[in-house]
Amino acid sequence: MISPMPECDLLVVGAGPAGVAAATVAAERGRAVLLLDDTPWLGGQIWRGEQQKPTNAQAQTWLNRLARSGVRIIGEARMVGLEGPGRYVIETPDHHWTIQPKALVLATGARELFLPFPGWTLPGILGAGGLQTLVKTGWPIEGQRVVVAGSGPLLLAVAAGLKKAGANVVGLFEQASPASLARFGTQLIAHPDKIGQAFGLRRQLAGVPYKLGWWPVRAEGVNQVERLVLTSGRQTLTVDCDAVACGFGLVPSLELPTLLGCLLDGEAVAVDAGQQTSVQGIFAAGELTGIGGNDKALVEGQVASLTAIGEHAAVFPLHRSRNGWRNFARALGKTFKPRPELLKLAEPQTIVCRCEDVTYSQLSGYTSWRDAKLQTRCGMGPCQGRICGAATRQLFGWGMESVRPPVLAARVASLIPSDERI
Amino acid sequence: MSQTPDVIVLGAGIVGAACARSCAQAGLSVLVLDRGPIGGGTTAAGMGHLVVMDDSEAQFALTSRSCQLWQELRAELPEDVEYDNCGTLWVAADDEEMAEVDRKARFYQERGVAVEILDAAGVASSEPELRPGLAGGLRVPADAVIYPPCAAAYLLADARRKGGRVEMDCNAGVAAIEGPGSVRLTSGRQIQGGIVVVAAGALTPLLVPGLPIKKRKGHLVITDRYPGFAHHQIVELGYLKSAHATQADSVAFNIQPRKTGQMLIGSSRQYNAEGTEVEPHLLGRMLKRAESYMPRIGQLSALRVWTGHRAATPDKLPIIGPVPGNDRTWIASGHEGLGITTSLATAEILVDRLMGRNPAIPAAPYDPARFEHAAKEPTHA
Repeated sequence: MISPMPECDLLVVGAGPAGVAAATVAAERGRAVLLLDDTPWLGGQIWRGEQQKPTNAQAQTWLNRLARSGVRIIGEARMVGLEGPGRYVIETPDHHWTIQPKALVLATGARELFLPFPGWTLPGILGAGGLQTLVKTGWPIEGQRVVVAGSGPLLLAVAAGLKKAGANVVGLFEQASPASLARFGTQLIAHPDKIGQAFGLRRQLAGVPYKLGWWPVRAEGVNQVERLVLTSGRQTLTVDCDAVACGFGLVPSLELPTLLGCLLDGEAVAVDAGQQTSVQGIFAAGELTGIGGNDKALVEGQVASLTAIGEHAAVFPLHRSRNGWRNFARALGKTFKPRPELLKLAEPQTIVCRCEDVTYSQLSGYTSWRDAKLQTRCGMGPCQGRICGAATRQLFGWGMESVRPPVLAARVASLIPSDERI
Repeated sequence: MSQTPDVIVLGAGIVGAACARSCAQAGLSVLVLDRGPIGGGTTAAGMGHLVVMDDSEAQFALTSRSCQLWQELRAELPEDVEYDNCGTLWVAADDEEMAEVDRKARFYQERGVAVEILDAAGVASSEPELRPGLAGGLRVPADAVIYPPCAAAYLLADARRKGGRVEMDCNAGVAAIEGPGSVRLTSGRQIQGGIVVVAAGALTPLLVPGLPIKKRKGHLVITDRYPGFAHHQIVELGYLKSAHATQADSVAFNIQPRKTGQMLIGSSRQYNAEGTEVEPHLLGRMLKRAESYMPRIGQLSALRVWTGHRAATPDKLPIIGPVPGNDRTWIASGHEGLGITTSLATAEILVDRLMGRNPAIPAAPYDPARFEHAAKEPTHA
């Protein structure tokens, strides 16, 4: 297929807050901008549904600005690989084509971290964000008893959303200790709106048992989850439920930046003050550079974009705010870091890799992710280690391995360069 | 290892693993050294096709002997080796290739290998995803596929069970062979053994300079699960007319159904391509070729693309035996695309020679000394 836009000033991958901000500010300054997202919608995970049913003023402001800015938007489009230096292969449900932008902003966001515990693969146990998304798209949750457990600020928002949708939230369990959260609370003074958000969510959750320093140890049920067993280290508690929303925080989706050669800094993409990665002309913004939420994403998206198009004067006023959110992200990471006990929950027969049914005992004894992959096929299934990869890094301390193309499962036909088709 | 091992095997790929096992069976103590995981090099990159080949008498002898050894081993292979007796289907696109089917069939039949010639309708009914209009094909039912990294791990585990005295270190990068039976690790450590067997695939020339082994790069694609999309390992005979036999970059259609239902799609061949990166244009040519044989292949979901380096020799035969003038350094390398198939027979020949026994098949065609003469004849391809 002929490329709908063979060249452009800026290509933005991911239409969450970071991508929306990046695309908007460049287009507002007259640049030719293409924004891609692998869903048909705008807003990413955090603003999902805002396009159809506005609830969030910040989302509306940005989505309206985007709509007026002249950005070309293509949904259900994924960057699957490189055809040559600076030539990217894009796949949509019906076509694939290449594009050669002057600069690229990666804003592919994050996904949930799952740490395996006995029973975690029972039907009815979903990722916290995953269940939230399902409920937003009409999943029947009304009257169901739901436990929310795991770690991170997302749990509060998820619990509030579930309650609003009519679920009976029978408990909210945060693994981080009360002391750790208190330290975090004092740092929030720099971000009063976050305190407001947190209090707002707590108000919506009035009547829901909320425990800090508790974590799940086991899920039980015959054909689906019937109860969740939790502990505080000293006491245990069994909660009957119909569903569990569970997530241990977020991890950046690093496959695309890694494939493109961007160096990492721990579990995030390394960027300079202008959000440029180690690869000239490729920028990263939002959760990719460290989990910090939508405010960080919005400002980083703008910094990345303005730097990419050479509007340096417009960048300087943003630095202070961006640096503040970076500090916030660091504090967030420290506060909600999974406690060591969580890494010891899996029993020998607990499944770690759901695609290939690989158990914990099959994985113990290997010295590297690659060794384990080759011998057990852990991470070799359709999700290509997106779920078990992050878990095994935590559980076994294995490093990340090189990413093999395509970034996401792609049609075989998309791997055939267009000029080979002539 | 507390005492000096009889044999130090350099490389824990399928060939090194098979050599370690045969050494242990012969009662030798073995130390296996590798810089990375078991089967992490070319073994992990290959398809795992167990195939009888007919390029030359020597190639036939080695591949058929080895396939026989694999069949004998089959009953004891664990599940994760995924031995699947799917057979090979060589497909002919036109009359010229059909003539090759007839020649090939005669060659195999004269040597006791069961084959079945298929006409156009036969090919279409046995592999409905193939494009209509192919001339026919040749089915070799005894051929099989395995999952090589687990096969290598099994051979090493079996070596331990059988001979007992097998140790391995998978963090041991080998810097050099220092003297008779002696290796120096990248860590600086020196290890003394009786003899050294170099089973380092495409890296072998780094340890034994002057061996005529060149890297020949290949690409493979694995798809999501499509059980029944292909039933045999299907290989085109068109490679005879393509550049697969020459020095130029070339592609050929080759698809393998995995036991999981996944499809493995190949193949490409390139000299002078040292990097491990995926090369989009060659990959594209390879997949376009595959699509020309199986039109719906383009719609399958590709999960992963990777590359590997085959260890290619000028005469397409592996190098098995002692380095001329140095009977304490032995080679088991240069298997190009047939290392998985020929690993067991390679190990058998190596150890039979080492123990002064008569090998099951003549060993001379694989002897390292053959290149002593070739070197004086620069016209040799």
